[in-house]
Amino acid sequence: MSDAGKSLALHLGLLALLFALQFVLPAYHHGNLSRIMVLATYAIGYNLLFGYTGLLSLGHAMFFAAGMYGMGLTIRHLGLSPGPALLIGVLSGLALSAAVGALALRTAGVAFMIVTLMFAQAGYLIILYFGDWTRGDEGFVIQQAQRVLWGIDLSQPTARYFAAWTLFATCLILSLRLIRHPFGKTLIAIRENEDRARMLGYDTFRHKLGAVVLSGTISAAAGAAYGLLFGYAGASFATVQYSILPLLWVLLGGAGTLIGPFLGTLFTFYLIDIASGLTTAYMLVVGVVLVLITLFARQGIGGEIRARVWAWLP
Amino acid sequence: MTLLSTRRLSKDFGGLHAVRGVDFDLPEGQIRALIGPNGAGKTTFVGLVCGRIAPTSGSVRFAGDDISRLPAHRRIRLGIAYTFQITSVFARLTCGENVALAVRRRGGDPDREVPAALDRVALAAHRHRLAGDLSYGHQRLLEIAMGLAQSPRLLILDEPTQGLSDSEIEAFKSLIRELGGQTTILLIEHNMSVVMETADIVTVLNFGEVLAEGPPEAIRADRAVQAAYLGTG
Repeated sequence: MSDAGKSLALHLGLLALLFALQFVLPAYHHGNLSRIMVLATYAIGYNLLFGYTGLLSLGHAMFFAAGMYGMGLTIRHLGLSPGPALLIGVLSGLALSAAVGALALRTAGVAFMIVTLMFAQAGYLIILYFGDWTRGDEGFVIQQAQRVLWGIDLSQPTARYFAAWTLFATCLILSLRLIRHPFGKTLIAIRENEDRARMLGYDTFRHKLGAVVLSGTISAAAGAAYGLLFGYAGASFATVQYSILPLLWVLLGGAGTLIGPFLGTLFTFYLIDIASGLTTAYMLVVGVVLVLITLFARQGIGGEIRARVWAWLP
Repeated sequence: MTLLSTRRLSKDFGGLHAVRGVDFDLPEGQIRALIGPNGAGKTTFVGLVCGRIAPTSGSVRFAGDDISRLPAHRRIRLGIAYTFQITSVFARLTCGENVALAVRRRGGDPDREVPAALDRVALAAHRHRLAGDLSYGHQRLLEIAMGLAQSPRLLILDEPTQGLSDSEIEAFKSLIRELGGQTTILLIEHNMSVVMETADIVTVLNFGEVLAEGPPEAIRADRAVQAAYLGTG
């Protein structure tokens, strides 16, 4: 089997497994996995920029929140149905990432990290400032009656699981196609050596802007879906914590591997889940595991698999 | 027809005048060698031509158009290929992908053209190896293959033979002669045998200025050039 065939088989296999798990998992893990798939989609978006283009953003929470609020506010205040509201959430992320990308990409390296962090902070403060509409920190609930999409009640666990799976599968396959496409290959070239890519005649600014927009839009789709599937939008999703989390997931799972975002999100979610059952100092456990992984598996789980077992892993 | 020309092209780095008022004309199809002692401004000069470095003053024309204000990638798209003096391949990508990036940018067919470009520098066997795993000399050859794969009108080679073995240098000379006539070549070179055997015209830079220009034999006999190289004078 060719390398492309193997990777297609692996990723389709993962999707098939996730699809099948829905029928056997106990309720608790079933709910967790829905959440993990939506958050892993957020990580897929983050990984396109960080793992494949080599740009480290510390402000992705603004894109996640743009999707969540673009969806939530239009349902709450305009009475839109979930379909158009989701679309507006995704478009909000697209517009915001295009604007922020055009400005932030005038910087590079550490300055890019700081500029994205500051934009995200501004976004968070805007949500608080317009508390009359957004209900600030407290957030607002999206009622069950407002979460019926094409006759499917997304507050029901099964429907929610399939919706999360559909979103995750779409974004995973989309990114698999992207990195086989010339545009994706150019992004990898920019990550490896931007100066060389420019001196081959590539407009690296436009490519990087394209990567920010794709990444921001997928993050927004995840944010919009999260709000809709779990029925809540709140300012905590726009805090710096939600910018750091996808970075952690991607680092743990393996930056620049397609399967890494899912592995990292799954691992971190259950690590916190299990550790918090044992001790109130669960973040200490998480911290120690992070340090160990950084010391002994620098490329993350997916990166180590690629280095040791499957060299063809994309 | 003049393919490349510069007028009063200058670059200052603080108080250092790296390139000073260079007027330079390169006719289409010519193989031109650019020589000069270390620090003469050769790499800075070609950096100004292809847009990696912004000039302090002066202009660059390519194929009749003023390209002084174009960013580097636009100049490359007009048909200038630049190979780096300090090897700058995509180390963690395969040799084939390195060349494919050059082919795809101009809309070529990688499946057909990548093997051909690698074959010209005798790297066809290494297509699936990571570029970073190649020997230094082979990385230089890969740089040249990436230049060729762009099918440029002007190929700028910055010290291409540095680190090559004697047999690889011989192969390089015949490659350049083969390209002569189809492609215009601007070659920065320290190896005098390469300069003497391949160049149609040699330009000598010293302290950022054109010291002499002429056929290889005339340059070899030039007293001012000898003095610049020997450091007496």
